[in-house]
Formats: sequence, structure tokens, C-alpha cells
Amino acid sequence: MPEERRDDLTVIGRPLEKVDAAAKVAGQTLFADDIVLARMAYARLLRSPHPHARIRRLDLRRAAAHPGVLATLVGSELPIPFGILPVSQDEHALALDTVRFVGDPVAAVAALDEETAEEAVALIDADYEVLPALMTIEEALAREDARIHAYGPRGNVHKEVSFDFGDVEEGFRQADHVREDTFFFEGNTHLPLEQHAAVGVFGPDGKLTLWSSTQTPHYVHRALAKVLEMPPAHIRVIATPNGGGFGGKSDPFGHEIVVCKLAMKTGRPVKATLTREEVFYCHRGRHPVRMWIKTGVKQDGSITAMHFRSALDGGAYGSYGVASLYYTGALQTVTYEVPRYRFEGVRVFTNKPPCGPKRGHGTPQPRYALECHIDRICHDLGLDPAAWRRRHAVAPGTVTANQMEVRTTGLRECLDRVVERSGWGERRGRLGPGRGLGLAASAYISGAGLPIYWNAMPHSGVQIKVDRGGGVTVFCGSTDIGQGSDSVLAYVVAEELGVAPKDVRVVTADTDLTPVDLGSYSSRVTLMTGNAALEAARKLRALILDAAAKRLAVPAGRLRASGGRIADGADAARSLSFAEAAALAEAEHGTLGAVGSYTPPRSVARWKGAGVGPTPTYSYSACVVELSADRETGLLRVDKVWIAHDVGRSINPLLVIGQVEGSVYMGLGEVLMEEQAFRRGLHKIPSMLEYKSPTTLEMPPVESILVETLDPEGPYGAKECGQGPLLPVIPAVANALFDALGVHVSEVPITPEKVMAALEQRYRGPQMPPFTYPPAVVVPPLEAAQPARAPDVDPAVRP
Amino acid sequence: MERVRLRLSVNGEEREVLAPVHHTLLEVLREELALTGTKHGCELGECGTCTVLLDGRPVLSCVTLPVECEGRPITTVEGLARGAELHPLQQAFAELGAAQCGYCTPGFLLVAEALLREKPAPSRLEIAEALAGNLCRCTGYLKIFEAVERAAERMRGAEVARA
Repeated sequence: MPEERRDDLTVIGRPLEKVDAAAKVAGQTLFADDIVLARMAYARLLRSPHPHARIRRLDLRRAAAHPGVLATLVGSELPIPFGILPVSQDEHALALDTVRFVGDPVAAVAALDEETAEEAVALIDADYEVLPALMTIEEALAREDARIHAYGPRGNVHKEVSFDFGDVEEGFRQADHVREDTFFFEGNTHLPLEQHAAVGVFGPDGKLTLWSSTQTPHYVHRALAKVLEMPPAHIRVIATPNGGGFGGKSDPFGHEIVVCKLAMKTGRPVKATLTREEVFYCHRGRHPVRMWIKTGVKQDGSITAMHFRSALDGGAYGSYGVASLYYTGALQTVTYEVPRYRFEGVRVFTNKPPCGPKRGHGTPQPRYALECHIDRICHDLGLDPAAWRRRHAVAPGTVTANQMEVRTTGLRECLDRVVERSGWGERRGRLGPGRGLGLAASAYISGAGLPIYWNAMPHSGVQIKVDRGGGVTVFCGSTDIGQGSDSVLAYVVAEELGVAPKDVRVVTADTDLTPVDLGSYSSRVTLMTGNAALEAARKLRALILDAAAKRLAVPAGRLRASGGRIADGADAARSLSFAEAAALAEAEHGTLGAVGSYTPPRSVARWKGAGVGPTPTYSYSACVVELSADRETGLLRVDKVWIAHDVGRSINPLLVIGQVEGSVYMGLGEVLMEEQAFRRGLHKIPSMLEYKSPTTLEMPPVESILVETLDPEGPYGAKECGQGPLLPVIPAVANALFDALGVHVSEVPITPEKVMAALEQRYRGPQMPPFTYPPAVVVPPLEAAQPARAPDVDPAVRP
Repeated sequence: MERVRLRLSVNGEEREVLAPVHHTLLEVLREELALTGTKHGCELGECGTCTVLLDGRPVLSCVTLPVECEGRPITTVEGLARGAELHPLQQAFAELGAAQCGYCTPGFLLVAEALLREKPAPSRLEIAEALAGNLCRCTGYLKIFEAVERAAERMRGAEVARA
């Protein structure tokens, strides 16, 4: 049952300014590179010039002797491996003996200033024995002899999975029409405007502090404790406001560990700021994925079975890759009814920068494939793709074939709204030559159901203190990367305590001061920190209202808290200020503080691998794109985008629309131009000029429509909005291209060259790599499983 | 390291610094003058993040040598506000969510300031053209356009009120 819509809210649902907006527009927000400390030294890293090599000699004597150099560092001083996932602890802060991609860190220098450090790095004598560089999935699979890592099932396979949810072959037999398509999604990168930076300080008390532009201070904290072999209690990690994240600052990075170690060696603060080129090579961005999809449908379009294969080019390290791989197969079933489903996937190591999570993590690629494939099926059957999606949309309360539980969904309403606003029915196919409309829909998680490392603790914690002057301070481990997570905390607490958001001070992302929040990834923050804040604030509200009720001689249940006052709902003249009530409550109960925490509900899924996909609730989106395509040049111009997003409930519609518009922008960049491509081991275009991203002139008008389903699991009914709205944009453009020119380009980005090749019938679609997936694990339907059993999920995801 | 004495006029203040001769205006502003409101995204003149105003016109401080700037007024984001009161552009950017992560914001604000001084009532296309050299990865630019329009309207209103 959806939550009831509360009409007494005074903060939630209002288009308020962010709590940190004034500092940001004044240029006063301190980002990591803005931190300057007395006696601070500067670090630079030597990075591998080879995509794959063994380090034969590494001599830092000349670098160490260079005037102004304070310390040098090599991999053997930090021999303990780390990695974001417990099963992929395959990285070193500095290479031990092997480098696996151009840009792999090899050695580091700390000096009095950045230029001296750079000069010293140039004096490092490094000699490499070059190894075969495996730059494609095919090469990596073919060269079982040349392993990039010693772990993984075989050769350069990092992880392979295969699952049967129902008898798909029987489903294909029952189908009236079966279609197969192959797609390729080239990888791309986050391109945050802020280059990663970190400052390490090691105090005379033996305690370490790291400031870093990271989205996940808690995981960095864990990695530092492990690699530096220090008690976590002696390490403090402070995430500075991120100048853009998009997933690119979610892994612990070598340079973060290096500045700490160099701070320990020199006894001085040490800062490292990456160059733009280094940021391109650090990457952790969108995986290149080859995909094959086969779907059987009845004459009316209803799906009888779906078989999906993915092959991911993972780059040189594990990163989030195991989760990314599972995500390429997890969410196909939560939008449209798929009664039988088979998923096979493989992630392969190659000698390129590691891929990881970028906005949508592992789901934009399969969503692109699925939504194009669905449109082609509709075309085959002569069905309207909007009507098909509406008709076959998963209903609320569905448990899918792969045991994902859909509690609320606004998919149908999202479809209806974009269809209506875009004039889909009247305008599609009638816009004239070279112009087209395309539609797509999608779903995304509002946070993952399970943490990255197995533990039974909350995913999010919030602590609130109220002082005698009525001041309220909220402490939470979450990291504001621009999405407004600090503001969400202030809004929730202000709403519950009846004060203004500006009266709430927010302290976040500091492992010494704030309770753990797992980080700003997987679209989890509003739902999880919002719920934790709600719990803590309601505890305090009860204490404060109780004290006010006694003083006012009014039953607590009749009191209203808003606008900084606590008043009798029946007689507004009987009231106290919030500060007076807080003082009374402190006199009665002692120091005022409360904690709240949030742990997602247990998933119904009972199969190994079901650690990826479950969520407290799915968000839904639908998008229509109108574009003009030039037959002579292949150039595409997006003229207008309509997008509807089921956000559950807008905590702040201004910020939600900001996320939706930003997602549309990023999706357009991915589908039209952005690619992280390589030539002979080198990034083709590691600069912001040549890595094409949309400018103000490419950005079309966007009509954003918010659909509110009031999810019972979300705070005030809220779902995510930071990632989901990116997903339908990419396939909607591809589908609009077909409407405009009648050609399919089965890969992303859709460049003018590819459009011209398709128009001239020279376009050869992508191929799947030659690979035999492992035998399928047959997952029994849920009713046959043992409900009392603990979930048996893949240790890769939940070790 | 060879250093040069520079006399710079920054945000209306005369400042004298001794800076390495090859340091860019960006480095001098951030490192010598502690004006860290000016950000950097590439240090190659590609992203617009480090934009400041020189003689009231936008320049990329990462590819500008400070010796060229002596005796010419430089405005950084710190110079936009009047005391504690935000510039109408800053106010509109804050109100409308035109600053998400806020990292590109100083550059956008300064380019927009120069635009509005020249064209108090720019069209949407004129705004987009003026800002085309500045990259933003968060907003999709739309809230930025709206904020420039709102500020322009308010600034015109203030002009009328003064007249």
C-alpha cells in the first residue's frame, strides 16, 4: 500500500535552495585541492608508460637526491593489496612488479613544491620488460597463456555467470515470433570537472587524517587501515565536497594511500592532485559491453522468454566489476513481464584502465540493448512501442522471474505522461524526412539491498544533537557530490523538528565525527540517510513535544511543530519557541541527542548472485526524444526531450529536476559522442577538448515530469532520482534515429560515421566475442525454495 | 626558480606578489593570493572552469601569464559579491539549483557577468553561445540558463528602479 500523502509538510516537497548553495556560488566551498596546510609537501606519481610490463629495474636514487625532494616511495613499501570488493583485492597503491595499464602507478615522490616533485619523477630510472598487451575482449580470451591476473576461473576471465530462471527453451517454443539482436556499448568516462585530489596528515600523536575527493570515505577508511596496517580508530577520512563524482570517485585510489604513506615518511602534510590526463587513466567508468538478446513473443507482443548475454571489457583491475557484471543482467525483468529468463555474462581483464561504476552502474548498456530490441520487435509485429510498453509493464507487487520484488511502480504513468506531452500518437512517423521520435523506459535501484562487504550493520547512520539555543546539528557519513545529500538531511530534520533548514547545521563525511553511511553510490543516499534521519529526528521530536506539552498543558498529540514554534493545534496562541521547548526537554531528559539508522528490507531472492538487483524500491522513467538527422552528413541533433520520472515523492522538486536534467545531459553525451577508446594501449583522447562532451549549444530543451508513487519504504515516499533518468535517454535516441531515417545503428555512441555507414548499407553490426558461457545454474521458482533459509548469495557480492 | 615581482589589481585591491616567472594567472591567484574560488579542470584551456575577468572580459586563467595582467583589473568569483551581499547572478544560481557540485560555477558566473554587462537582455541562444566554452557535467546547463535569465531580469529591474 502506498503511503498516504501528508499535507501538513512545510519543508518537504518545496523547491528550496540547497543548504550549501551560497558557499558554492561565492566560491567558498573548499574542495580537496583548495586545502593548504603549513609545511605541506606535494606528491607526484610515476605512472606506467606501457599497457602491460614487468618492472625490471626501479631506481629512485637520482630522484631522492634532487634538491627539494623530501621522500620517495615504491610499491614494496605498501605490499598489501586492496580493492573495493572483498573478492577483487587486486590493486596495489604502487605496482609491486607488474604494471597492467598505461597509467598504473609505479612510484611516488614528495617534494617542497609540485614542480620539484614532477622534476624528480622524471629522474626515476624505471626499466620494463614489455609483456603482451591484451586490448580487446577477443585478445584477452584468446591469450590464455598471457594472464593479466593470477586469479579468476581461467585465462583472463575475471568472472563468468550463467543462470536459468524458468525454462526459456520452452518459452521460445511457445512464441509466435522470436527475435535476436546484438549490440555494443562503447565505454565512456565520468569526466568530473574536479580532478581527484587528496591531502594526508600524520600527526605526532600517531594518528592519520586524509582529506580526499571521494564518494566513499568509509571504504577508503577500510582500505587505508588494511594497507597501512593501522587500527581504523587511528585513521580519520574526511571526504571533501566532490566537484562531480558520477561514480568516478567511488573506489579507493593509489594516490590516496600514497599521500598518507608519504605523510608518515616525511612528518608533513602531503597533497596530490591528479592531472586531467591522470583522471582519464584512473577511469573506473562505463564498461564497454557486447550484448546479445533473444526474445520470444506471442502475436499480441507478450513475452514468453528472454535470453540475455553480456561480455564486459573490464580493463586491468577488478574494481566494482563483479557487481557491474551482475547488473548487466539484473534489471531486464523489472520493467516488462518476462516469465522465463536466462542470463549469461562474462567480465574479462584487458590492459586498459579499470572500468567500474558510472551513473547507472552496469544497467545503461543492457537497458539500451533491451529498449532498442523491444522497439524492433514492435516494428516486426506492427505494434505501437508506447502501447506495448504500457500493456506489458510490470504491475506493483510483482516478484519477477529472477526474484526481484517490485513494490511500487509509476512506469505506466511515466509512459502516459511523456506520450501525452510529446504528442507521440499524432506526431510519430509524421514529422517529415529526417526527423523522428523515439521512446524508451527504464528502472533503477534506490540503493542496493546489500552492502559491499558482508556485515549485519546498518547501511546508514545519523546522529542529531540539539543545543540549548535551539541549534540542531545533524551528523552523517554521507558525501555531498553535488546531488544535494547534505540538504536532504537538513530538510528531513527541519521538517520533523519544525525548524527552518537554515537552522540545521549538517556535518557529513568525516569518519571521526559521523556515523557510517556507506557512500554516495547506487542511488542510495536519499532513501537510506533520509530514513535514518527520520528515525533520529522523530525520537528527538517526541522528547521535545513531551516537554512542551507539559509546559503548555496540552496533550502532546495535539501539538504542531513548524516555523520554529511548537503550538497547540487547537489554539495557536498556546505556543513555545523551539528553543524554549528544547531547553525544557534538556532540563527533563538531560543532554538532547538521538541516533537513527537504516538497513534495507531483506530481499525475497534466494539464489547465489541475488546480492545485485534487490533494492528497497525501484524508480521508473520514460523518455521521448525528438531528433533531426542529416542524411548527407549523418549528424544527429536532438531537438527536444520529454522525460517522466517516478521519484516516489520529491523531497525537493528543484533538486530532483536538476538530477533529471543532468541525467538527460549525460545520457545524450553517451549516445551521441562520448567514448573512452584506446589505440595501442593509449587513450585516444585523454583531454577535455578531444573527449567530446555536450556543450551549452548541444543541450536541447527538456521537459521534466515528476511522477509520485509515495513508496512505503522511502522517506515521505521518496525514491532515487540521480541515476535512473539517464537510462531511457540513450535508447530513446537510437529509436528516434530509426523513426527519422529508417536505419539501425546497434552501437553507442551513434556517431555520424556510423549513421552514414548504415545509410549506405555498409554498416556491419557488432559481434559477440567467441566465448562459451558456463553451464547454467538452474534457479528454482521462489515457491519451491526454502523461505526460512538464509539468502545464499554469491560471496563475490556478499562474502 | 626565477621569480618575478607582479603588481596585480585583483577585485579592486592592489596586490604585489613574487611568483615563479612561468606560473600562470591561475596559479598566482590560487597559490600566491589564496583566492581558491578560481578552480581548474584541465589546466590546458579546454574546460572554462578557471575563467576570470580581465578588463571585464572572460579569460582562461590557466593559459594567461600574469605579467600580461599588470595594471589591468582582474575579477575573480570572490570579487562578485558586494560585501556580504551576493551578486544577482550568484543569488539566482543558488536559488535555482544552477550550482550542483559547484566546481564549474565560478567560471560560469564570471562569463555570465561579462555577458550581462554587454547585453542586459540576452536571448536563450545568446546565453548558450556566451557560455559554450564552459563545461558543466552536473546540470545539463538548463538551470544555468534559467539563472542567467532570472539575474538579467532582476538587474534590469534594479536599473529601472535607479533611473
